[in-house]
Amino acid sequence: MPEKDYEDIPGTFVFDADRSREGYHLNQFCISLRLQKNRDEFNADEEKYLDKYPMTAEQRDAVLKRDWNRLLALGGNIYYTSKLAANDGINFQNLAGLMTGMGVEKYREMMLHGGRPIDGNRYKTEWGDED
Amino acid sequence: MARITAGVGCSHVPAIGVAMDTKITDQPYWKPVFDGFEFSRKWMKENKPDVIFLVYNDHCTAFDASCIPTFALGAAAEFQPADEGWGPRPVPVVKNHQKLASHIAQSLILDEFDMTIMNEMEVDHGLTVPLSVMFGEVSPEDEWPCLVIPLAVNVVQYPAPTGNRCYQLGKAVRRAIESYPVDLNVMVFGTGGMSHQLQYKRAGLINREWDQRFLDLLTEDPVFASQIPHVEYLREAGSEGVEMVMWHVMRGALDDEVKEVHRHYHVPASNTAVGHIILENVAA
Repeated sequence: MPEKDYEDIPGTFVFDADRSREGYHLNQFCISLRLQKNRDEFNADEEKYLDKYPMTAEQRDAVLKRDWNRLLALGGNIYYTSKLAANDGINFQNLAGLMTGMGVEKYREMMLHGGRPIDGNRYKTEWGDED
Repeated sequence: MARITAGVGCSHVPAIGVAMDTKITDQPYWKPVFDGFEFSRKWMKENKPDVIFLVYNDHCTAFDASCIPTFALGAAAEFQPADEGWGPRPVPVVKNHQKLASHIAQSLILDEFDMTIMNEMEVDHGLTVPLSVMFGEVSPEDEWPCLVIPLAVNVVQYPAPTGNRCYQLGKAVRRAIESYPVDLNVMVFGTGGMSHQLQYKRAGLINREWDQRFLDLLTEDPVFASQIPHVEYLREAGSEGVEMVMWHVMRGALDDEVKEVHRHYHVPASNTAVGHIILENVAA
């Protein structure tokens, strides 16, 4: 396999075919929450609802714990995981506050001041040990 | 004959739709976003299109992971605004120019663009937010002021189609529209962007200089712009910034030389840099 030229971007999961394959059942679960009847069923009994989706034990655990970053690491895509967040009353901006570890207020402040700058955020080497 | 008179580039941030739907556009946070569309709403009234060919992406709403078409052309009679997880937007149903859409589908495929044809499809904020910002508030009981042909492009699963492919598709869309034997004023919208990243630890990335350069190139050197590789969008404009490939479809459908009549850029709307441009075909 050729090397992926987008794997050196820090703090980013590029949702490619490999991730899509790994995350398939997780993402299909998430998108099911688009509909109210499914949200009602999930919220009544999360474990039972999740039984319908043959995701890995790790993915299932990350759903139950709402571990937003691990969901991405395990093949979830933000447009899917945001449906789970929406079910919990969390919008895109507040979800970003959680994923970045900044918290909602600090993240919102950063956006009001022009967002996260590109300088220092292009390559993993610029982030040191953190990915 | 049908003719393409102008192109519009426009972000489609969902929160912009929410701001309009909840009537908070006058709040200090939102006012600068909407001020930049005042000119555009007047311009739309003066240049009233019969049809908008609207290039957008579905955000895992109409399409789940089971089927991921690269280019999906809406051929249904109408498209209902979808429930994306927080209820459908209170906007009118989107009506198609079905005859022109099926003509375009046939023309594109014979022109070697292998389209997916959608005879049933719901549309999400990616399509309705650009209509809302350009037309202003339209209540669900009323009608949008013109017909809309949706083209949904996959930008969720990497790789999206290349900028060049999108640009070439725009040219084929133009050939299709100009071979339709009815006098129609058609506008092409390219939507999405600008720089933004919604996910993981780099969320919130904004690259104002890169966005401005993209807008400059789109107007002045569209062929060069169409050659920007995916990794540059991902790195410089954020993982979701790759949506901007859709603007090349719009640009490809226009003349090589265009007149830029309006530009608007503002940070932030939620997680995103809002960009907007209006380009007119000078000869039209």
